[in-house]
Amino acid sequence: MANRYLRSAQRVAGKAERVVRSAARPLRSYGFPYRPPSVPKGVVVPKLPSRLGANYDTEWARTPIASAARGLIAEGPLRLLVKGIANPEVVGLDRLDDLLRLDESPPVIFAPNHHSHVDTTLMIRSIPLCWRRRLVVAAAADYFFDKQWKATLSALALNAIPIDREVTGRKSSDQFRDLVADGHSLLIYPEGGRSPDGWGQEFKGGAAYLSSRTGAPVVPVFIDGSGAIFGKGMKRPKPGRTKVVFGAPLRPLEGENTRRFNSRIEAAVTRLGDEALTDYWTATKRAAQGRSPKLTGPEYNGWRRQWELGEHRKLGAAGLRRRQQRRWPDLG
Amino acid sequence: MPRPGFVLEVDKSTPPILFWRGEGFSLERLPADRSRVIYPAEPLAGLDDVDGHIRNALLNPVDMDPLPALLKPDMKLTICFDDASLSLPKMRKPDTRQRIIEAVLDLAAAAGVDDIHLIAALGLHRRMHEYELRHVLGDRIFDAFHPRGMLYQHDAEDYDNLTVIGETDHGEVLEINKRVAESDLVVYANVNQVAMDGGWKSITTGVASYRCLSYHHNPVTLQNTRSLMDRHNSDLHKSVWRLGKVLEDHGPKIFTVETTINTDAFPSPFDFLSKREWEWNAKDRAIYLATQKSLNRTPNRLARKIFHGIESPYATTSVQAGFTPSVHEITLKHVYDQHIVPVEGQTDILTMGIPFISPYNPEGIMNPILVMCMGLGYLFNMYRNKPLVREGGVVIMTHPTYREFNPVHHPSYIDFYDEVLADTTDPVVMSEKWEKKYAEDEWYRHLYRTGNAYHGVHPFYAWYWGAHGQQWAGKVIIVGGDPTAVRRLGFTPASTLDDAFEIASDVVGRSPTISHLHVPGVLVADVV
Repeated sequence: MANRYLRSAQRVAGKAERVVRSAARPLRSYGFPYRPPSVPKGVVVPKLPSRLGANYDTEWARTPIASAARGLIAEGPLRLLVKGIANPEVVGLDRLDDLLRLDESPPVIFAPNHHSHVDTTLMIRSIPLCWRRRLVVAAAADYFFDKQWKATLSALALNAIPIDREVTGRKSSDQFRDLVADGHSLLIYPEGGRSPDGWGQEFKGGAAYLSSRTGAPVVPVFIDGSGAIFGKGMKRPKPGRTKVVFGAPLRPLEGENTRRFNSRIEAAVTRLGDEALTDYWTATKRAAQGRSPKLTGPEYNGWRRQWELGEHRKLGAAGLRRRQQRRWPDLG
Repeated sequence: MPRPGFVLEVDKSTPPILFWRGEGFSLERLPADRSRVIYPAEPLAGLDDVDGHIRNALLNPVDMDPLPALLKPDMKLTICFDDASLSLPKMRKPDTRQRIIEAVLDLAAAAGVDDIHLIAALGLHRRMHEYELRHVLGDRIFDAFHPRGMLYQHDAEDYDNLTVIGETDHGEVLEINKRVAESDLVVYANVNQVAMDGGWKSITTGVASYRCLSYHHNPVTLQNTRSLMDRHNSDLHKSVWRLGKVLEDHGPKIFTVETTINTDAFPSPFDFLSKREWEWNAKDRAIYLATQKSLNRTPNRLARKIFHGIESPYATTSVQAGFTPSVHEITLKHVYDQHIVPVEGQTDILTMGIPFISPYNPEGIMNPILVMCMGLGYLFNMYRNKPLVREGGVVIMTHPTYREFNPVHHPSYIDFYDEVLADTTDPVVMSEKWEKKYAEDEWYRHLYRTGNAYHGVHPFYAWYWGAHGQQWAGKVIIVGGDPTAVRRLGFTPASTLDDAFEIASDVVGRSPTISHLHVPGVLVADVV
């Protein structure tokens, strides 16, 4: 009798050991079909197109549920984040009044300069609600959509669309045309990426091309101060102040090609940049005389360029952070 | 397509009609079969691309060269603009003046003009507060010009900076701001809300001295101004046009930009105020009841704050620029397109609800003198050909007429009420006996020049504004007004509209005919 019990116990212990052993067995020791099959020699496997990067399908992020979730994200964490680290002053929205007055605000393309990852969240919070609800952000496919988790997060929180920063491919442009036709507005950085050194970069023709193709006006925007908060190369954000200046909407003129229109957009953002650092009249006069300080900074390189950037930032919103507020002495 | 204004004959099926009562309103039933209500036209559609139209007007002006051809690098350019008395209530940002001035500045920058001054054409009105200037001009212009001293407000008492341009054949001397007089080009940015505004009146009153204004702002001229909304039958405008001719012949070159706005004065939730009563839906009625009940329980100060905080969604209906008189004729046509309502014949009684605002109390208290000015000056004058009420008829207004004054904006009004009105309500008598004392009072002059006070003489002008109505009406009754204040104005107080009709029967008999001017909405009755 005792032997019977002993044998049963041994059987159970043996089964348990097998289960534990198989559970503890590393995955790599499992073969196909738990692992990809090995490829027979001499056979070329055709490469499947990647579903990440520029090919990432963001359709799901524009469903009502995802939009509602994005609304909550924008009103909650994004709002706190922007207020906490960027504290933006938004000016120039009156220039959009003609579009805002229409019963249904038409889709527009927002074209700001780009210095920081903070820019997108800043813009989402600064753009009037009528456009914010249906705003899609053109985001670098190679940066924001290279991993599944980044792609999902970008699509959900920012309503980002992957865009190839080197060329506006036909697929992207068709997608944007369809989105505009569907009433979505776009946020696109004509510089193609964040500034590498704190100064601006030359504008690429994406915004101008899409505007010509879709008929949506381009709203030039200048963001001041974000580079000092979380510019390229910074490891962690440094809270400060920013200023977002909206310009008057631009449309391609009769017979104007994309290159010229792009130059006009760049000139408009340059003028807004001057306006943000000086005042409206100074910027207007300089723009009329073609003397607006370039977004791309001085021609020379090296330390002088960085030195001048410091001087330049002192004039802007970033400089305000360092100014000490005068305190009156406490006289009891 | 907006519906035109019309006259509603009141019968038993007519619902009660909305009457303004200062910072509140009431619904009143008018006697059937002998009353009529004159409804304004619905707001006309605005221009889609206002900036584009402004630019087009500057490049294709009327009877003048395009603005870019008039701009030279070393010239003196002065831009004048209307003050906070326009528009009422204040326009939602961006104000049309900001749009005009920004368009002018763009062209001036392209031409390399450096010497630019921006002057608020106040006349004898109070200086605007900084927030009002920012509202009218926008932060961009204010921040660029004000710190440099290139944006300021006209001072009609700064005789070092006033200069005489010439004299009309009627002996009227044109004395205006020296900077304006010495400019190579003056651009005037105007908003036309009613037919009285604009034309030569903008500049010959806006940047003139007290002496110059007194030629037409006097009881005799205003009694013969029939009406203020009909330039060709207004002695005031005739005098102003004579002064304008002097300016044209001997003064700087004037480039006028005039704009007209529609009557879309109230945004949601107050938009029901502009609707016809029988078109109020359940939501409108609920909002009316909620608003009226809560306003009845709200302190005046808070109610005023709420109403003065309204920013109207006015739309610009036209923009024209160029030679002042030519531009103004086009402007008038657009204004009349919005405002004119044909009306047949006069009635024995004219009723009107007086709102919370007049041109002289933006952001301030509507004191008893301004109630008189608004009723008999502005609303009574909303006619062409002949008044809505027959000569010797009765004017009935509804307003609480509190004995309240804003001591910062209206210091001389307080003394005018206590001293002048206690003595006389006759504009001719007060003009001879009291006007000089108030106009030359050093303290009022100081407050006008350095604070935010209307000029010392301004209450007289407000009173003269109603001189024609005062002379025309056999009796004026204010319903719901403070009896002491109403009697001080020389009018009769009544508790209810029915009481007012009863009181009026002494003058117009037991079955008088009644016209009600429906406010809000602006209209000019073309009475034939």
